[in-house]
Amino acid sequence: MAGKNKVLIANGQGFWGDSILGPIRLVNEGPLDYLTLDYLAEVTLSIMQKLRSRDPSKGYATDFVRLIDRILPQMMEKDIKVIANAGGVNPHACKDALLEVAAKHGVKGLKIAVVEGDDILHRLDDLMAAGESFANMDTGADLSGVRDTVSSANVYMGAFPIAEALDGGAQIVLTGRGTDPGLVLGPMIHEFGWKEDEFDLLAAGTIAGHMVECGAQCTGGNYTDWRKIPDMARIGYPIIEATADGSFTITKHEGTGGLVDVSTVTHQLCYEMGDPNDYLGPDCRADFTSVSLAQDGPDRVRVTGAKGSAPTETLKVSISYHEGWKSSGQLTISGPEALDKARLCADIVWERLAFDGAVYSTEERFEEFVGAGVCHEGIAGGTDSDPAEVILRMGVRGPDRAKVDRFGTELVPLVTSGPPGVTGFAGGRPKATEVIGFWPALMHKRHLETSVSVFES
Amino acid sequence: MTKTTLSRIAMARSGDKGEGSNVGVMARSDAAYAFLKEALTAEVVRAHMASINTGAVTRYEADNVGVLNFILHNSLGGGGSASLKTDAQGKTHGLAVLRLELDIPDEVLASVTE
Repeated sequence: MAGKNKVLIANGQGFWGDSILGPIRLVNEGPLDYLTLDYLAEVTLSIMQKLRSRDPSKGYATDFVRLIDRILPQMMEKDIKVIANAGGVNPHACKDALLEVAAKHGVKGLKIAVVEGDDILHRLDDLMAAGESFANMDTGADLSGVRDTVSSANVYMGAFPIAEALDGGAQIVLTGRGTDPGLVLGPMIHEFGWKEDEFDLLAAGTIAGHMVECGAQCTGGNYTDWRKIPDMARIGYPIIEATADGSFTITKHEGTGGLVDVSTVTHQLCYEMGDPNDYLGPDCRADFTSVSLAQDGPDRVRVTGAKGSAPTETLKVSISYHEGWKSSGQLTISGPEALDKARLCADIVWERLAFDGAVYSTEERFEEFVGAGVCHEGIAGGTDSDPAEVILRMGVRGPDRAKVDRFGTELVPLVTSGPPGVTGFAGGRPKATEVIGFWPALMHKRHLETSVSVFES
Repeated sequence: MTKTTLSRIAMARSGDKGEGSNVGVMARSDAAYAFLKEALTAEVVRAHMASINTGAVTRYEADNVGVLNFILHNSLGGGGSASLKTDAQGKTHGLAVLRLELDIPDEVLASVTE
């Protein structure tokens, strides 16, 4: 497969809900070989399972189909390949929707690959019978305690099935749950023919993938010295110039906003970091402390020296389950004496609820005075200040849906039955929403059954 | 020696990590990193963030990029989707750490450009 000296791989979607402008501008504003897109947060798959159970044609990221509808002509013209975990729990429905988009644009011969094997919800009992405990990685608890309420279970797949799909000529690769860096490592394996035991190279691709997996967080978004970032409105999304020896350069398209320097890239290296010596993944363990970062011209950072080692025998599994209900709402309370009035409002709500028999433990109830030191509670802001207004945020949580719902009925009445200056109730009465618990676990890799299938428009 | 905020000599990024958050603190110079390795211990960060984080704090070092990475083990108000807090993902914890006031040697302050 090796051929090109330099392969351009971008990330255009850092998370579920990221701007559609990122990927649209990436395919329009400069050269690109691969566009990667991440649509899955930890609880997304659980929501998708629910959607699918109600409608068998749902359960994938519909945003992705809308995006392809907008960029398909440029993709075809520039031969840009797209890799996305948009398949969710129903990649074939996603593929079918994409084939319709291709037909609409009159595009024939578009190859779409579906990578499967991450969804183990239907195999969970068999795997438990085969000895997998799926003990919670954080608490050690046994899965059997919540087994009845499990709503999704997905293994984090590695990058090799993505490479296999690209080897098969796919122009769009659809996956479910894989690691975010794998979306970037996959095309490198495909282009450069990296092998499963070339751990330094796999680590390089993993680190590159980590650096760009949150989109514009690598190019000046969410950056400490924010005043130094030019033209944030037109911020460019990150592009990796990958080479076969594992060294790579992070950059962005010329003329876009934002900044790529050692500092913005280091910011992203830190994101969601645990032990920097040992970043665990399905294809390798990567050592973040092995790399050197150097400025290589404006908006270019060169990364060299990545070291990795063999992965563990287990794969991470993301399980979600029903963890109860929660409800929260807010009111704005103006000054004078905004904070004192807001505190009184909160007390009134709890007292009225208790009067009607709805008593919540301190674990179950919650209040915040936004504007008087919430984000940095006890560090900045607080009771000594007299803000012009504060937002009172209150909420409850617990296993009893009716009791959680009861809370919402006593917030808005404060407008007429509390102190003066209470407003901002446009959201109406807060309602109970399901709390989907996240259960991280491990599974031996011998149980993983991936498959790659290719379809053509 | 000047008493001033950590933000003078370091930058930070934070995000959620299970029931807690991680805060990567990036020194603005080699001298600042050498100073912070001594001064910015896990215990100093734990005490500063005690009103937000009720758990332990673990520190990791990445000398190659001048980063001290702190894991705040219980800082999201019940964790994940069950949390009712505004900042249930620890996005602002980096800036909270940067508000820490430290006695910083003048040569360390001088080593930071701008």
